[in-house]
This record gives sequence, structure tokens and C-alpha cells, in this order.
Amino acid sequence: MNENYAVPAVALVVVATVFVGAFGLRISRTTSDFYVASRTVGPRLNATAISGEYLSAASFLGIAGLVLVQGPDMLWYPVGYTAGYLLLLLFVAAPLRRSGAYTLPDFAEARLASQAVRRLAGAFVVGVGWLYLLPQLQGAGLTLAVLTDAPDWAGGVIVAVVVVATVAAGGMRSITFVQAFQYWLKLTAMLVPALFLALAWQGDGAPRHAFDEPATFREQRVVRVADGLDLKLRAPLTVTVTGTVDGRPHTDQVLHLPAGTHHIDRGTRLTFAKGAAVPQADRGTNGGMSTSLAEGREERPLYATYGLILATFLGTMGLPHVVVRFYTSPHGVAARRTTVAVLGLIGAFYLLPPVYGALGRLYAPELALTSDADAAVLLLPDRMIGGLGGDLLGALVAGGAFAAFLSTASGLTMAVAGVLTQDVLPSRGVRHFRLGTVIAMAVPLAASAIVGGLPVADAVGLAFAVSASSFCPLLVLGIWWRRLTPPGAAAGMLVGGGSALLAVAATMASFPGTGALHALLAWPALWSVPLGFLTMILVSLATPGRVPAGTAAILARFHLPEELSGAHAGHGGHGLGGPARTEVTRT
Amino acid sequence: MPQDPAERRVVVTGPPRRARRTSGYYRPRTEIDEQTTLGHTYVRSLMRSQLRAALAVFAVLALLVAPLPLLFAALPDAHHLKWLILGFGLYAPLVLLARWYVRRAERNERDFVRLVEDQDR
Repeated sequence: MNENYAVPAVALVVVATVFVGAFGLRISRTTSDFYVASRTVGPRLNATAISGEYLSAASFLGIAGLVLVQGPDMLWYPVGYTAGYLLLLLFVAAPLRRSGAYTLPDFAEARLASQAVRRLAGAFVVGVGWLYLLPQLQGAGLTLAVLTDAPDWAGGVIVAVVVVATVAAGGMRSITFVQAFQYWLKLTAMLVPALFLALAWQGDGAPRHAFDEPATFREQRVVRVADGLDLKLRAPLTVTVTGTVDGRPHTDQVLHLPAGTHHIDRGTRLTFAKGAAVPQADRGTNGGMSTSLAEGREERPLYATYGLILATFLGTMGLPHVVVRFYTSPHGVAARRTTVAVLGLIGAFYLLPPVYGALGRLYAPELALTSDADAAVLLLPDRMIGGLGGDLLGALVAGGAFAAFLSTASGLTMAVAGVLTQDVLPSRGVRHFRLGTVIAMAVPLAASAIVGGLPVADAVGLAFAVSASSFCPLLVLGIWWRRLTPPGAAAGMLVGGGSALLAVAATMASFPGTGALHALLAWPALWSVPLGFLTMILVSLATPGRVPAGTAAILARFHLPEELSGAHAGHGGHGLGGPARTEVTRT
Repeated sequence: MPQDPAERRVVVTGPPRRARRTSGYYRPRTEIDEQTTLGHTYVRSLMRSQLRAALAVFAVLALLVAPLPLLFAALPDAHHLKWLILGFGLYAPLVLLARWYVRRAERNERDFVRLVEDQDR
């Protein structure tokens, strides 16, 4: 990879982001502009912004890397990320917009009239937001480290500084434009190289064994193992080794390794013959976005797949940066149409990562053995096309990857900063929002520096599982069920979200080892989501006296079309923290 | 305005007209605004029709997606099928389901508005 082109491309994306953000700043005048873009963002612009915000590092780099390492089962991730929006549309979109609340805590308070539930929801928003920010920063670090010789922390710091600057300066209005711009940038950065790569593949005689299992080397390939790793062999493997395998040193020696696990020391060079199957590295050992999410697949593949489906399908609706964007729609009907447009836009984008994954299995299978599988998207243009064209396309992809980090990180920072300003910092106003922005970014940045080499990308899966087990029951029951009570909502969030959090935390600390228990803990959604729903329902039924007095009126406002409810909400200047409360009293 | 005490407002009553639809008397829009039991019944009926539409689409989605992992597990050698369905085949049905739901939900709302406003007259 030639950094002469990649670095200017990344710099260009950063400068363009700041520039578009500054354009938003010029027209971002009132407090309402700042937080919800005065709720005047039309469906198309809003849908592009939502898609731009949603397509994160995990989508841009992670999916292709996952597919490269683990095969087509991993394509459930993009399917789930997209289908999540369908469920959001079915059960949440329009009523959520009509609730007039700006954040999930606002929603909880408007629906349940309880400060305690509000604070609990706020804590979960901040927690999920920080969990999701962490891999964005680390992904940025990885990208910059692969492209240049920059240290690992540099990419994260650059993203953090740019995001805090744009968000603090322009608020929601400014990031709406930034993110709409970044959707098109990301799509271009994925699509154009994909077309050239497909042509190169055609020119290569269109080999088809990319879709075979397991992936094989199509020519003799030397792999240098940068960090020590454990190889899991399903079948015996013949490989030429210079270095240390299973504690024994070898020099240019042909080894016949039997099936089983073998430890390869760092610095070892493995030469694979043409047609050899690509061995799989043991999950826990090589970190990175591509590998860690799949923990526990080995033992119970079917259970893990269903767990993944449930977490991604139901988790999307509770992601704080997704939900906030729905309040910027002018009304409930627009919120629905926006969601359909989002489905189309992200569906179109997700057609591309599988292409990179398949080509990666053909042309860069050895990445599965290194900790750089996430870099497959970045390295393929150079590997397949090479020369000036490869460099330029590589630079385009690098710019797109940075756009992915910047947009998702801005949205998350915005959501977390909103909660911090409203519920944690003492007084309200734009100045405190700026302080909130700095805090919202400083904590995950510090955490990424501290946890360093841990497989933090589990955080993405964790964020979805926690959101599916806490916010999904709160939103669905809050919108459709009259008998929800504040104690029920609090208990459901704590039990569902809390147990999902503990389960994945235990997995990350590699607590139970292997077996059924391990799979249960690594993929908690399948039991923690029903647990969250059940707790919320049972505790609510047990506390029938605590149903809030205004429930009927609030549900009417959630579901009635604006022309009937008289709630032409949002055209006034809503102060921070105000919208939910003022509109409840008006009804 | 003439201040003649004879022109004071009086209440005129008549025999109940059973032939007319009773709902015609109740002015649903006011009912909804004033949070009466009948108003709640209207809102409930709207909620129920919207929930029915949502659950119908949800059921189609579940039928579409839930058997796939089992299918792939039953056909461990059908790699091309897996790539085709998961990689490229599911996005169009998702968008179509979404469009169908939005059309249905907006129609439910239009019908509801028409019901309420017709009876207000």
C-alpha cells in the first residue's frame, strides 16, 4: 500500500468533513436547530444521513474481513443490520416520532412519567454509546497503522478530534449534512474499486472457487506470522516452515502437521503450496474486528446464528445514534418513509462487502492468519490491480473507511453528549452541550488506550445484544401496551440488558471456557431478549396500581395522525430537555 | 344583541331517534380530544389495525428468515446457495416488505381520519 496516495485521501475526507460541518454551522442558529435540526429534515436527506451514520467501521471493513476469515455464515451480520430497520419501521418509527421526545430517556420519561426510569435509560444510552464508540476509534487506529507507519493510537485521536470539533460546533444540523455527504462518499469508495476488482477478476479468468469451503491458496504463498497464534487444523497440513512451531525451531523444513491445534511463534514464516486449504486461526488469539465477534460459533453454530439474528434484528431500534435521528423528521408519516429509504440505501451498500469478502478469499487468503483480516478491503486493490491504479483505488477505499469512522462516531457522540448534557451536567445550554461532547468522546478514547490489544470489537456485538434486551422491550411495550408501569420498565431493562451485559463481559474475560455454557454466554440475545420482555410484562402486571395516569392520552398521541392529535409538534423552539414534557402537558 | 329576557337560551329536547347511528351524536374528534372512554375506543381500534399490519409483515419476515439457518445446516454443501441468498437475495424482499407496510399503515391512518371527520360533520 502506497501511503503517498492514502494519506492525502484520508486528509481530504477529514477536511471535507470539517468544511461541510462548517456549512451546517452557518445555518444552525437556535437550540432546536442544534439538537434536532428544527425537525425539518425531509425524508430523503434524513434517510441518507441515517444511512451515512449507520454504516460504521464494522460494515465498511469488518464484514469483508469476517467473511474472509469465517465464510458466508458471517453474511448474517449485514442482513441483520438491514432487517433491524424493518423491525424499527414496523413497531417503532412513527409512534416514536410522534412521541415528540428527542432521546430514549426523553421517551421513557414521556411514556412513564418517571425520573428513575429516565435515568436508567440514560445510563444504558451512555453505556451502549461508549461500547459502540470504542471499536470505531480502534478501527481508525488499525486503518492508519495499515496504511502508514503511524502508531496505533494516531487514527483514534484524529477521529476523536474531528468529531468533537464538528459536533460541538454545529450540532445536529451540521452533522445531518456531514452524514448525508459521507453516505455517498462511502458508497463511492466501495463501489468504484469493486467494479475495477470485478473486472480484474474477469481478466483473471473468473475463478469461482471463492465460494468453496474451505478457502484455498491459489498460488504458492509465504505468510509471515506477525503475532504468535494458534492454528486449528481440521485436516492434516503440509507446510514449509522457517521459525518455531509447537515449541520446536525449524529452518526451511517441510512439516506434516496432523489435525489439531498448533502454536506458531511470532516471526515464523510459513510457505503454503498451491491448492492448500487455508487453516483457521484460533478465535481468541488474533483479535481484530473480524474474528472476535464470532466467538462461540464453533460449539453451537445453529444457536450462535439464531442469537446473532435476534440481536441484530432487534438491537437496531435501540441504538442511541439511530433513534435520535428519527426526531429530526417533521412528522410520523415522514419518519416511516424515511425508514423505507434507509432500508434501500443500506441494502444497496451491503451488496458490496460480500464481493470484497469473496475476492479476499481468492486473492488474500493468508490475511485470515494475521491480525489484519479487517484490512482486506484496504489491501485488495493493491493486491489485485497494483500499480498506480491500485494505489489510487486503495486511497479511495481508505478515504471511505475514514468517512465510516467519522460519521458513526459523530452520531454516537451526539447521542451520548445529549444525554450527558440533559441528565448529568448541572445547567443546560449549548455551552454545556459542548462540554458534554468532550466528555462523550474522552471516555472511550481513554478506554481504547487502556484496553489496547483486547478484542474490543466484541463491543459491537455487545452493544447490539444489550440494546436488543433493554431498549427493544422498552420501546415495543411502551408503544403498544397500555399496562406498562415504571417499575416494570426499570426491572425489564435491568434484568434483560444487565444480564446481556454480564454475559458478554464474562465471555470477553474468557470465564467459562468451552461448551454449551460458553455459547449461551457468548450469544446472549436468544435468552436475554425474552427475559427482558418477560420481566417487563410480569413486573408491570404485578404493579397495576403504578400505571401512569396519562397513559391513554400519551398512547393516543403516539398513534394518532398529526392532523387529528393536533400535535404539530416541533415547529417551535424546543429547549433541551423540554420537548417531551411540554408536549405531554399540552395534550 | 337584544337583552330581552324572553330570548334567554332554552334547552330543546326531543324523542330519541333510534334510527340514526348513535355514533353520529358523539363527535369522535371531540371525544378523542377530551379523552373519554369512547375516544379511547377509537384510538384502540387504530392501534389494533396498525399492530395487525405490523405483525403481518413481521410474520412474513419470520417465515422468510427463520428457516434459512436450518436450511443451510441441512445442506452443508450448498455454498453457492448460501452466498447467493445471504449476500444478495434478502435485501430486495426487505425493502418490498417495508414499502407494503408503509402503504398499509398510511391507508389505515387515512381511513381513520376519514371516519372521524365524516362523523364530525
